[in-house]
Amino acid sequence: MQISPTLAADGPVRFYDDGDHHPQQGTLLGFWIYLMSDCLIFAVLFAVYAVLGRSYAAGPSGADLFNLPLVAANTALLLFSSVTYGLAMIGMQHGHKKAVLGWLAATGVLGAAFLGLEVFEFYHLIAEGAGPQRSAFLSSFFTLVGTHGLHVTFGMIWLVTLMVQVNKLGLTTENRRRLMCLSMFWHFLDVIWIGVFTFVYLMGVLP
Amino acid sequence: MSEHLDAAGGHSDYHASVKGYLIGFFLSAVLTAIPFWLVMGKVLPTSGITSLVVLGFATVQIVVHMIYFLHMNTRVEGGWSMLALLFTAVLVLIMLAGSIWVMYNLNTNMMPVHDMMDMRNRP
Repeated sequence: MQISPTLAADGPVRFYDDGDHHPQQGTLLGFWIYLMSDCLIFAVLFAVYAVLGRSYAAGPSGADLFNLPLVAANTALLLFSSVTYGLAMIGMQHGHKKAVLGWLAATGVLGAAFLGLEVFEFYHLIAEGAGPQRSAFLSSFFTLVGTHGLHVTFGMIWLVTLMVQVNKLGLTTENRRRLMCLSMFWHFLDVIWIGVFTFVYLMGVLP
Repeated sequence: MSEHLDAAGGHSDYHASVKGYLIGFFLSAVLTAIPFWLVMGKVLPTSGITSLVVLGFATVQIVVHMIYFLHMNTRVEGGWSMLALLFTAVLVLIMLAGSIWVMYNLNTNMMPVHDMMDMRNRP
């Protein structure tokens, strides 16, 4: 930002600043840059899966293991949670604290259901002897899907924390900013999930 | 699009509306259902074609999410968000395409591991 002092003959020092160079608070842009770096982490894990995803080591393949109706349910849960979070943001715009808390709670329930199904799936796979140590395919599968699941887990912790904050302090400036950051994070995880269900599950069961 | 300063002192380019979310939801639901149907119903003749079509649907759905859920456009944060997104997309593309290409060539050009094992055990 350029600020140039100008001496006027008939007045005090004045500062001219068109102030149009960057937003006045950089948190949202900074958080977006973080999400982009997170995107690179997932890109690397996708690349690993692309390379190793068909190395079964004579073990089970995706077609043997993946339960597509379960994946479809997971996808629906995450998509619904994106919409409920969006509705929480609309509640925030209108300053309705109760609406925000209600929709955040709905998002939390959907997120928890997603995590529950994923843990169930992982537990089932490991119990069948198809754990991460079975083959390169399963190692890369658990790493990629597990990393996404961990992100959702931390998103849930953040969500609950924010619900407590909003409940206690109301929709203050800081809480609005936090809600917007979590909004980006949550929608971003849904975007990553599109890649996961397409590339890992759908393409994984193709012969 | 109205630019105004919100209480945060920042700009609220957050122009969310129920309608926007519902359009996004409807498009996403359709764009998810079709690939699942294609794969589970074994609609297309070969895996190759199915993979390409399914990847196409995923790409479109990612764009839909970016527009309707993440409210991405060229004006957010004075264009810096879009710049960061495009930069990341280029990096991801180079990294994915490069890894798959290089590793595919390694796989086809190198001796399979079990052949090497046999050679090691040979007298």
